[in-house]
Amino acid sequence: MKNVKIDLGNLKKESMDSVSPMERREFLKIGLIITGVFAGGTVLSAVSNFNSVFASPEEAAEKYPYKPHYGMVIRQDRCIDCERCIDACTLTNDVPSYGWRTRILEKDVPDATGRKREFIPVLCNQCNNPPCVRACPTRATVKDEKTGIVLMRSYKCIGCKNCMLACPYSARYFNEERHAIDKCNFCYDTRLSKGEKLTACAAACPTGARNFGDLSDPDSDVYKMVHQLERTVWVLRPEVGAKPNVFYTKG
Amino acid sequence: MGNEVKQSVKTSEIMDGLTKSLKSSFLVEWYSTLVGFLSGSKSFYVLLGIGILIVYAGTMGAFDAFRIGYRHAYGVTRDIPWGILISTYIFFVVTSTGLCIVSAIGHVFGVKDFMPVVKRAVFLSIVTITAGFTVIFFEIENPIRMALYNVISPGLTSNIWWMGTLYGIYMFFMIVEFIFILLDNHRLATYFGLSGLIAGIAAHSNLGAIFGMLHAREYWYGPYLPVYFIASALMSGCATIIFFTWLGYKITNEKMDRPMLRSLEAVSKLCMLMIAVILFLTVWKIITGLVGGPDKIEALRAMMTGPYAFNFWVLEMLIGLVVPFIIFLSSKGKNVGMSFLASAMMVFAIFFMRYDLVVIGQIVPVYHELGVREYAGLAAYTPTFHEIMVVVAGLGITATTFLVGEKVFGGHKSEIH
Repeated sequence: MKNVKIDLGNLKKESMDSVSPMERREFLKIGLIITGVFAGGTVLSAVSNFNSVFASPEEAAEKYPYKPHYGMVIRQDRCIDCERCIDACTLTNDVPSYGWRTRILEKDVPDATGRKREFIPVLCNQCNNPPCVRACPTRATVKDEKTGIVLMRSYKCIGCKNCMLACPYSARYFNEERHAIDKCNFCYDTRLSKGEKLTACAAACPTGARNFGDLSDPDSDVYKMVHQLERTVWVLRPEVGAKPNVFYTKG
Repeated sequence: MGNEVKQSVKTSEIMDGLTKSLKSSFLVEWYSTLVGFLSGSKSFYVLLGIGILIVYAGTMGAFDAFRIGYRHAYGVTRDIPWGILISTYIFFVVTSTGLCIVSAIGHVFGVKDFMPVVKRAVFLSIVTITAGFTVIFFEIENPIRMALYNVISPGLTSNIWWMGTLYGIYMFFMIVEFIFILLDNHRLATYFGLSGLIAGIAAHSNLGAIFGMLHAREYWYGPYLPVYFIASALMSGCATIIFFTWLGYKITNEKMDRPMLRSLEAVSKLCMLMIAVILFLTVWKIITGLVGGPDKIEALRAMMTGPYAFNFWVLEMLIGLVVPFIIFLSSKGKNVGMSFLASAMMVFAIFFMRYDLVVIGQIVPVYHELGVREYAGLAAYTPTFHEIMVVVAGLGITATTFLVGEKVFGGHKSEIH
């Protein structure tokens, strides 16, 4: 053991921050993703991203059973918390001061790029397997058969609030004026049904943090943002199994 | 009555039995009970007066909440949408289901020792479900829509739909059973008792499943709660019938006869067993939870060492389970006074058991694990004055109807053999 000399001063760190952006980019181009980066982990591992995306067009159709299959992709690092989306939503959908259909959450992250916090916009995830719809005793909330948007039939709502508890995203609140639960419906009644292509929040977003579109259309921006190999895409609370249609990404 | 009905039960038969009884004894009996009711002691009417005042005050509070709007009157929030009114509703319907099971042990399954408490148990099961429905009437934002759309737009995947519908059916069966008990038609009463039991158990397990099927809420999710609710109902039922039987005899100032003492002894023993079952379930709920996801551990920590520690350790565990168990064990259920003490402690503590079950399941926000500032802490809930008044109304209804029942039905003396 005498002859072994470890040069402690020149040891190379094996954690994530020792991987240069260039190196990482080259690495990603070969169709791999780095796991652990966004989980706050220190383990750097690479697995193929391809299987977790799609093996075939049939599989894609299974994942996006609606036409158009509306969804939103949130580029989390682009959100600057200007709250124009919230203002637009409030104005468009008559959201009272005591409630919200969408809001922006704030998270402290001691991040390498110098940012101290990030903003996470949240809204109804229009889940493919919506727990709220299952829980409703009077079918006052339904999954729209065409677009997949979770809609309210306010006149049927008894106000039992079971859906509020069933929702993994706290997307619902009781609206006193409507005498019913209210929630984001991707501006279905206020914009989409009138021919608009975007929700009020997506249209108001100045940084491109909120991207709205048809996930079943391979040419749409949102489809391309979800189905690429360079950036990790995730959803909130995947463990619930609700199959949400609001995706998050960075970079 | 009852002897002429020998073959299988048909609707026409039921109607025949009912009309015959109506013609012969029914009116006479009711007239005599009315006379009996009016000839009660002074202290009884004082108690009754207090009961009616409590109901009046409670319902006034409830209507006031309705007038100013529940959002302003109640303490429930977006994060904790279900508060003390839901837990009180659960408290009442758990008690009702438990009383139904206790009555069925005697009346449906023919266990002799349970016979003397049957009549009072059936009556009180109707009383408590009525109190429960009253409370939920002031909890639901649109009760009128509920009555309509529950029928014309049923959500068959919803546990709330099943629970509500089955409890409606249950209540009907229990009322019919009670009428047939009054008419001394025990064959028909047994059939309706069995139907009520089935509907009650189904309804009650659905009540557990309302929570057990919320997969977004880790603390509740799983098959545990439907099972727990049934076991808990039987425990509540035993405690409640001991509690009210003792009070009933105090009110009429009578001494319990031998069969009634034996009956309360048997109920006490069953109660002891059910306490053990609930303790067992609770212990495993905690142990399994502690190796679960972070949200569940957070909730359990709040329950055991956080803001709900007093509720859990002192009210639920000590007053609700451990001390009553020791009292039952040491008195072997033979000392009625001690059994009453134990049951009173349980009835009191079970109220908080329901409260904790409902509230603790919601204190960990859905975005807690995301690590955002807005949801870093636990959500808090405190019942408001108006909510407490609705609870008071429910308790008042139970007390008042119990008092009236003791008088009108002559201390629920049963001649069931």
